[in-house]
Amino acid sequence: MQEGQTSAGSLEFDIVAAGKEAILAALVALGLTIFMLGFRATDAPGGLQLATRFDWVAIGVLCVFAGRFLIALLRQKKEKSGSFLGKGKPAQKEQGTETASQISDRLKRVKRFSHLIGLAMVAAAIFLPLSPIADRYIVDTATLVVTYVMLGWGLNIVVGLAGLLDLGYVAFYAVGAYSYALISQYYGLSFWVCLPLAGLLAGTFGIILGFPVLRLRGDYLAIVTLGFGEIIRVVLINWYSLTGGPDGISGIDRPSFFGLPFARVAKDGETFHQFFGLDYSSMHRILFLYYLILIMALLTNWAVLRLRKLPIGRAWEALREDEIACRSLGINPTNTKLTAFAIGAMFGGFAGSFFATRQGFISPESFVFIESAVILAIVVLGGMGSQIGVVFASVVLIGGFEFFRDLDEFRMLAFGGAMVLIMVWRPKGLLSFREPTITMSADPPPGKDGQQSPRPVGDAA
Amino acid sequence: MLEIENVHSFYGSIQALKGVSLSVEQGEIVTLIGANGAGKSTLLMTICGQPKPREGRVILDGQEITGKPIYDIIRMGVAHSPEGRRIFPRMTVFENLQMGAVTANPEHFDQDLERCYQLFPRLRERRNQTGGTLSGGEQQMLAIARALMSRPRLLLLDEPSLGLAPMVVKQIFEVIEEINRKEKMTIFLVEQNAYHALKLAHRGYVMVTGEIWRTGTGAELLANEEVRAAYLEGGH
Ligand SMILES: Nc1ncnc2c1ncn2[C@@H]1O[C@H](COP(=O)(O)OP(=O)(O)O)[C@@H](O)[C@H]1O
Ligand SMILES: [Mg+2]
Repeated sequence: MQEGQTSAGSLEFDIVAAGKEAILAALVALGLTIFMLGFRATDAPGGLQLATRFDWVAIGVLCVFAGRFLIALLRQKKEKSGSFLGKGKPAQKEQGTETASQISDRLKRVKRFSHLIGLAMVAAAIFLPLSPIADRYIVDTATLVVTYVMLGWGLNIVVGLAGLLDLGYVAFYAVGAYSYALISQYYGLSFWVCLPLAGLLAGTFGIILGFPVLRLRGDYLAIVTLGFGEIIRVVLINWYSLTGGPDGISGIDRPSFFGLPFARVAKDGETFHQFFGLDYSSMHRILFLYYLILIMALLTNWAVLRLRKLPIGRAWEALREDEIACRSLGINPTNTKLTAFAIGAMFGGFAGSFFATRQGFISPESFVFIESAVILAIVVLGGMGSQIGVVFASVVLIGGFEFFRDLDEFRMLAFGGAMVLIMVWRPKGLLSFREPTITMSADPPPGKDGQQSPRPVGDAA
Repeated sequence: MLEIENVHSFYGSIQALKGVSLSVEQGEIVTLIGANGAGKSTLLMTICGQPKPREGRVILDGQEITGKPIYDIIRMGVAHSPEGRRIFPRMTVFENLQMGAVTANPEHFDQDLERCYQLFPRLRERRNQTGGTLSGGEQQMLAIARALMSRPRLLLLDEPSLGLAPMVVKQIFEVIEEINRKEKMTIFLVEQNAYHALKLAHRGYVMVTGEIWRTGTGAELLANEEVRAAYLEGGH
């Protein structure tokens, strides 16, 4: 190390240090892989047998060793060449030296750009099923991705805007799904009636769960929400008479196109294809579901963007920034957090009823912790509070997850690897830029400035 | 306007205030000076209801507000600019000011905004910049301006000079004086910078370990030998 630093400029590497680091990493990899890859239970005639796959372990460990070694060398090289990462970064030059008009120009450019990207993505989403590549599988995957986009946007209210780490978001997804399934089964109400009810119920659950826990902060809150997520699941498993327990609920009413079912023949009245004079195709329902979730997700996005500009949305963000300051300004933190929790839960509930109607079958197995973790990962990787970031992260994570389906057990590995890479490459998430809710014009005369400013209406607390 | 009567406040079993009494009259600047850990911030927070005093009363305009929730007290015309500025770092200057106005009548938002920009022209220049990228002095200006956005009748300031260069401190104290002189704003100023605070204030209190040790007009305290020895010698 020291030798290398004195002879700056020359590219001598400290092989020993890098080697040590790599060996350490390889040992960790060995510890992890020996059980996960090394042993395998196989179905043999005499019952389960243990098979070994030590060659796989060796490959894994070697890969980690080589990778770590290269990273260590690269880092040494970087240190020597004067750490170009830290110094000339434009972000640091910008601080304080930009004039007001430069800043508002830059903000305007960013705003226009993100608008364009957003529009392009919406257009792409609308025309995707019409494109030649779109088969049943693609549209199904896209539906899944958009569902997660919607969940990500819902959770974004809680985590991204209000800054409350919620590890049990899947609970509200579950409440929404079961609400729809049960209400439609017991009362025979249609999807369109159940949807708002499911959202309301999930929102109510958000308030009930939020009320006792929202005094907690940060990691404590995270742990308690994790617990609540599990409680809901355990209740669903054990309340057999209502929820069917682990068997779940099947035969859930499928959605209809304003009363026209997507079936080959209807028991009474017309079906969708008869009404529109089309030939029957099972794609109709799949396309309908895709556009349904797309509309629901876009409405969610619209609502979140609106809320952000209202006093309540600003209060959420302020609360994320500094709770003590919020208190001293007369904001009631408990109420503010509760609204964030409830509204976030409500969107989770909407997505849940969509899930139920799409699947036609739900069971507690669909609402395990890993679902919460995935949704949270989408929000965090997207850049906490960025709406477009959530879309990118969902496409990468959920799309990638489907894409790597052939990898079988390595799917989780690829998934984890992708997350680590994103966090190394962009520690604040894919898109961490926070767009101000309002940008004031460059240099207006004093009087005008005031007139253009939106008035804070109502009361945030 | 503000009466504090024999207030005892605790953090768990630690007693931070041991029977503090003081008063602030309409239109005055009153300062409270004292060393680090004397209990100055605790007093301001007790006025705002958290921690709730175990004994004693806090009275605002003849009405007892002891231990009321802070959001009710703020709505009664008190503004509290807490220690360490605590601006919202990722929000713009303008958004920070909007947050200051959550309890105010939206009708006079534009007017209040204009007043803040006139007091602190720097904030107008920087209105689209995020709070975290401001200099320390600008952040303090923003913290005071944000507190003013609620149109308070009583302004509580906790160490506005903390960590600022002497030039900037002077600038900020000039504004505090201006708000008081032009708008007759009542100000209760907590400071460790005793010299500037006493010069500015009509009256002052000196706090030592949770008790009021000396009181008098600003000029009297500045001239007092004991106060000089404890708080003014050795530079300020
Ligand atoms: N949150 C807290 N919990 C426990 N003790 C505290 C807390 N805040 C302040 N104290 C104690 O109360 C005393 C007064 O603190 P403070 O009011 O912050 O003093 P000052 O503002 O005069 O520097 C100190 O002894 C401090 O250690
Ligand atoms: Mg203090």
